[in-house]
Amino acid sequence: MAKRIEASNVTAYYGAFKAIENINITVEPKTVTALIGPSGCGKSTFLRSINRMHEVLPGARVEGSLTIDDQDIYDRDVDVTAVRRMIGMVFQRPNPFPTMSIYENVVAGLRLNGVRKKSILDEAAEKALRSANLWDEVMDRLGKPGAGLSGGQQQRLCIARTIAVEPQVVLMDEPCSALDPISTLAIEDLMFQLKDKFTIIIVTHNMQQAARVSDRTAFFSIEKTGDPGRLIEYDNTQKIFSNPSQKKTEDYITGRFG
Amino acid sequence: MGETPHRSADAGTGGTRVTEGHERPTGASARVAEAPVSTRTPGGTGLGGGGALPRARAFGAERAFRGLTLAAGTVVLVIIAAIAVFLVAKAVPALRADTENFWTFEGWFPNDAEPKFGIGALAFGTVLTAALALLVAVPVALGIALYLSHYAPRRVGTTLGFLIDLLAAVPSVVFGLWGREIFLRPVHDFSIWLNKYFSWIPLFGGEGPFGKSILLGSLVLAIMVLPIITSLSREVFLQTPTANEEAALALGATRWEMLRTAVLPYGRPGIIAAVMLGLGRALGETIALAMTLGITFNISFNLIENGGNSIAANIANTFGEANETGRGALIASGLVLFAITLIVNITARVIIYRRREFTESAA
Ligand SMILES: Nc1ncnc2c1ncn2[C@@H]1O[C@H](COP(=O)(O)OP(=O)(O)O)[C@@H](O)[C@H]1O
Ligand SMILES: [Mg+2]
Repeated sequence: MAKRIEASNVTAYYGAFKAIENINITVEPKTVTALIGPSGCGKSTFLRSINRMHEVLPGARVEGSLTIDDQDIYDRDVDVTAVRRMIGMVFQRPNPFPTMSIYENVVAGLRLNGVRKKSILDEAAEKALRSANLWDEVMDRLGKPGAGLSGGQQQRLCIARTIAVEPQVVLMDEPCSALDPISTLAIEDLMFQLKDKFTIIIVTHNMQQAARVSDRTAFFSIEKTGDPGRLIEYDNTQKIFSNPSQKKTEDYITGRFG
Repeated sequence: MGETPHRSADAGTGGTRVTEGHERPTGASARVAEAPVSTRTPGGTGLGGGGALPRARAFGAERAFRGLTLAAGTVVLVIIAAIAVFLVAKAVPALRADTENFWTFEGWFPNDAEPKFGIGALAFGTVLTAALALLVAVPVALGIALYLSHYAPRRVGTTLGFLIDLLAAVPSVVFGLWGREIFLRPVHDFSIWLNKYFSWIPLFGGEGPFGKSILLGSLVLAIMVLPIITSLSREVFLQTPTANEEAALALGATRWEMLRTAVLPYGRPGIIAAVMLGLGRALGETIALAMTLGITFNISFNLIENGGNSIAANIANTFGEANETGRGALIASGLVLFAITLIVNITARVIIYRRREFTESAA
């Protein structure tokens, strides 16, 4: 299931503005990788270039190469929708489809894949909701609107929606930043379970969270505003938080970053 | 490139930057936080100071405003009631004088010594032309609206949107003139063609003459309601949360699938409202239909033969020569038109209301 991601010299632009420059990262299958760094250093930009969501914005483009199990996802022959099916994404703010029921939200991706059979959809919905630790809370109200759930439940619903199509990789852009501490813990627990099946990359501004959930941590930074974000250090999470090799990393994680 | 509309330019990642504020160096923010303390006057008789709470003001802008709005509301209600009473009072004597069945008689002779008139054919024509107009206009309007909101480059979108709004500003009498002087020709030829190959369908049968038909009237109406439906649904489509569009794209939706998954369902109540507004205009349209329909008084599904009529067109065409009973009969027909419009609107409300659980949380 899970796949290995290799980014080499990834540079991304918003029009003429270069947001990140020459990012090189290899992410092993079935691991959790955390992207940390100060605001505006390009964590989201990099994350969105992994599933080709970056180019959705007008004028935005990516250079360099990104391979998933040695297949270049930016190859001209690659179907971008197939890439996004393989690499799911959970956004910062829970964004269930407001017009859809809980059930319809979960199976939305399957329906896009042309699955019509009720029994398959039912099974997949239950499986995804169970994997997202949400089944017990919503099993008796699957027909109710997804937007009626609490914020934490909505985010787990979005995770269920993402994993229902069985992607190889799950990208999460600050999935807990809009949630309360209890919901945050629920999602962190979930990440531990999910990494059995998926490769997970998570952006977080919460360093304790990065330390708790991730195996590897990548620290991004910028010199000054207007400069592109760069990867400063990428290593085992334990090493980054106990004995980083870069001064900048140490300054950042100890809160001395200026 | 540019799979989502331009307004989303920085919405996708925009929120991030705001919430990340607390990653800033603690030293700097601490200094800022201290600053206001020194400017605060210690003790003092400021707003939050000690002493008794001030009494509520006996007469303030608040009360005056409430009185004003109440008065305005009452005046409107009184005017509506007065109009209703006046109309019913005029209509009832005419209906009493009718020597035929008002609902089923196909003809309109209320000015005769023995008044004969029936609403059936007129109501039928009204509903048929409006329905046909919507059948043509709604798919086109939604297509244009989706193109404007999600496909067109910004400059094209704005220009085209402006042109369509301009179309809405054309007076209906101009549409009527254009319909009978210019548009009649192609519709006439098209009708002959339809009749030649499809006369086995009753809609396109008949011996002619063709031209000033339900088809012509409906097509003119369709063009007239197109701008309303287009610009309203475009607004609705533009309001779809970018987050939902991105959610669909991230699930691997193509652009059309994204529109179907996120944009169209979200816009559904708005689309219904837009269509209802269009229908309201089509049902009430007077002069353009009076000029383009064949003005007959029979119930027929033939779309292409000269003929067709509507309640509003009939009022415009016959009001001039109407006597007392004739005017009463026209007022009665107007009340029927009002009832039709009301039923249509209530139906729309019910449709929207049934899904409110979903649309409310959408808002
Ligand atoms: N839609 C956009 N249009 C233009 N610039 C953007 C857009 N989104 C982000 N940026 C810029 O790109 C840089 C990186 O942003 P982002 O990837 O959101 O950083 P992070 O997620 O690390 O806070 C920032 O300078 C930001 O201002
Ligand atoms: Mg971000």
